[in-house]
Amino acid sequence: MTDIIVSILLLVGAGFMLLAAVGIVRLPDLPTRMHASTKAGAMGAMFTMAGVAFFFADGVVLARAFAIVVFILITSPIAAHVIGRAGYFIGTPLWSGTIKNELRDNYDSQTHTLRSGYEDSPESVTPPPEPNPDKKP
Amino acid sequence: MIPFVINIVYFLLSLALLLAFIRLTRGPSLPDRVVALELIASIVVGFVGVHAIDTGISSLLDVAIVIALTAFLAAIGFARFLERGTQE
Repeated sequence: MTDIIVSILLLVGAGFMLLAAVGIVRLPDLPTRMHASTKAGAMGAMFTMAGVAFFFADGVVLARAFAIVVFILITSPIAAHVIGRAGYFIGTPLWSGTIKNELRDNYDSQTHTLRSGYEDSPESVTPPPEPNPDKKP
Repeated sequence: MIPFVINIVYFLLSLALLLAFIRLTRGPSLPDRVVALELIASIVVGFVGVHAIDTGISSLLDVAIVIALTAFLAAIGFARFLERGTQE
């Protein structure tokens, strides 16, 4: 029974990693490649570590496998965010079929400032504070 | 049953490593290569886990921890390098 569970977990993990690798080769630009590699790669590593924990069925090994899973789960989004940010800053070209790029109009790549787009609208003007009738001058 | 499955998993992971290496060599820009490097590190973590099952040595998991740690630090370092290069 344990063999079957371990086999399934290992095969699923390897399948996810293979999917991540296929995605990183086939997809057209940097954000889509990151989308494939970080999520599917982390998922594959987590399934493999679950298989390891099931195979050894030992408290120490379980703690180590859990530590690896938690570490991957914490660091993978941070690394993806940082690389995507750096890639956007240095002007990596996006895919020609990209339909939404909200940073293009509001972000100034020279000064690294980001506008919200609502600076000129009348709603952004903060109203003057209401005079407090109870307060004596 | 386990040895047979482990052979299949080795084959799948090797294929994934090969595909990631293709992106590492071809990648048009440096961030693409960094992403490929990160995926390679993730695949190697899986490799080490499978090898730990194959040999029955559970101490190999420490290697996986260290590889995951260094891959994260390498990604952060590359990103810092990229961003600083643009501000010159």
